[in-house]
Amino acid sequence: MSLRRPAKEQPESFEFNASSLEAANAIVAKYPEGKQQSAVMALLYIAQKQNNNWIPLVAMKYIAKFLDMPYIKVYEVATFYTMYNLAPVGKYFVQVCTTTPCMIRGANQLVEACKKKISENECELSNDKSCSWMEVECLGACVNAPMMQINDDYYEDLDKQKTLDILDKILNGETPKPGSYRGRVNNEPENNRKTLMDLKNA
Amino acid sequence: MLKDQDRIFQNLYNDKGSDVSSSQERGDWVNTKEITDKGRDWIINEIKESQLRGRGGAGFPTGLKWSFAPKEVGSRPHYLVINGDESEPGTCKDRDILRFEPHKLIEGCLIASYAVQAHVCYIYIRGEYFVDGQKLQAAIDEAYEKKLLGKNAAGTGWDLDIYIHYGAGAYICGEETALLESLEGKKGQPRLKPPFPALIGLYGCPTIINNVETIAVVPTILRRGAKWFASLGREKNTGTKIFCISGNVNNPCNVEEEMSIPLKELIEVHAGGVIGGWENLQAVIPGGSSMPLIPKERCETLKMDFDACVEEKSGLGTAGIVVINKDQDIIKCMARIARFYKHESCGQCTPCREGSGWMWRMLERMAKGDATKDEVDMLGDVTNQIAGHTICAFGEGSSWPVQGLLRHFKKEIEKRNNLDPIVQKKNNIPYLVDQHLLDKKNA
Repeated sequence: MSLRRPAKEQPESFEFNASSLEAANAIVAKYPEGKQQSAVMALLYIAQKQNNNWIPLVAMKYIAKFLDMPYIKVYEVATFYTMYNLAPVGKYFVQVCTTTPCMIRGANQLVEACKKKISENECELSNDKSCSWMEVECLGACVNAPMMQINDDYYEDLDKQKTLDILDKILNGETPKPGSYRGRVNNEPENNRKTLMDLKNA
Repeated sequence: MLKDQDRIFQNLYNDKGSDVSSSQERGDWVNTKEITDKGRDWIINEIKESQLRGRGGAGFPTGLKWSFAPKEVGSRPHYLVINGDESEPGTCKDRDILRFEPHKLIEGCLIASYAVQAHVCYIYIRGEYFVDGQKLQAAIDEAYEKKLLGKNAAGTGWDLDIYIHYGAGAYICGEETALLESLEGKKGQPRLKPPFPALIGLYGCPTIINNVETIAVVPTILRRGAKWFASLGREKNTGTKIFCISGNVNNPCNVEEEMSIPLKELIEVHAGGVIGGWENLQAVIPGGSSMPLIPKERCETLKMDFDACVEEKSGLGTAGIVVINKDQDIIKCMARIARFYKHESCGQCTPCREGSGWMWRMLERMAKGDATKDEVDMLGDVTNQIAGHTICAFGEGSSWPVQGLLRHFKKEIEKRNNLDPIVQKKNNIPYLVDQHLLDKKNA
């Protein structure tokens, strides 16, 4: 299990803005009547997006009331799942995969790049408070290793220099292009494709 | 090598686009009504005869699973749930289906829902695949627009709604009952079985849960016939499979191949060979991190299917092949996998919660050469205390890779760790809980 603690400094109030409210109501409608608790995970995402990438305790209380469920049940969910940030992580949240398939292709170089550009320790905001990084478990893009995720996007087939360039861009407030950074097409074997060639050449 | 026309996922590399019209060119949605008109018994029977086994790791026969759904719908509705919580290290096949072949999955959902009499289908996708999930959502929206979903979906007379539910970074939610808990808006902690989800599942209703790849191959099997599918591979290990080849190979890739293909052919032909040549190979994890590794000598002749891998005391799992060459420290690789399991244990059962961290700490010490002689046996002991003593298969999943390491690389560990045990002599210490460990010959 992983240890997760809510931030010490918490805002005093939270409520959904108009667009969040609309999205939340659409999600509750996906589930059968009386089973609105199913929507809690999606609503936590909405709160996280609205609140600059993290979820304060007041948002959990708000969601509990919204879905008519006990606050502790929302708290349980928010602390169990690792993608809910319980403390500020900045506008750009960098997650570097370091599980074995990425590790043996040099994920530690990506970690070094993050240490150099963002902050010495993981889960620590950069000087301008815009960015933080952490090591995460397998992100499910193993044939594109090593890779990292920045907010919703995957950056694949990286090395140290490419990572430094990407981090430079986000620290300048730009959004770099996601996908492979060796120019390969999706998950095909690079320069070695032997299947479905008719479709490729068509 | 499998012929191109026998490949089910023609758009695996997104050469053609994933919208409805290009999917129709590849044969999706063409005669869906003809298939459902043949009736649910025919569908389930055809899937049984094709010998399709679940692609999510356990390899349970899909036709048999479907036949467990109650024949008549009672007071409780039936549900179909698709497991797209792909988190097993080494595996990245479902992601390509979600983003490049979404209509194979959606049509499969319709046929499977018809077969098990479900009107609502939830697709559970891991939260990190948000962008890929959005692509699937776009495909679902297009399917609704073209009347392929909703009321009288695709003219079959069956009503079906499909909803996406995102996970939030918990590996354990790939376990089917933990996934149901998560869908219900709770912590993803597995349930005791029985009752099995086919009778009491989502919201206490009959629920069939299948992997993304399993459902996505169903329409093609029904179109081309069970005989065609069963003619590929070998008895009880039929059909095609997407293999993910990662790690120390020259061209890591996803590729769809026939079941029972030799591992060496997969690595040499498709993945461009091991970095440093075949002789530089150290070991291969054949089916995602929870399957025990297989050392080089055995890799020469290994055929990639469920039964052949079991004969090597491993498993095909999700077919996520991780190649490890001799430049890597094998103990460190396994220590990292142990750290993964320590992080992902849901904490419900004590052996797994405490044991996964214990294994990790011991392996980290062993990688550095800081462990004592007796700890090697203790590590084996801990794995045996976890496997089989937990609610779900995570216990096996976390201890099997360590057992695989001990089975094939024990000498390497012992060579590096030769410190004397901390308690040297056989003392009868009344407060020492593990007295029985001291009674062993090395203590």
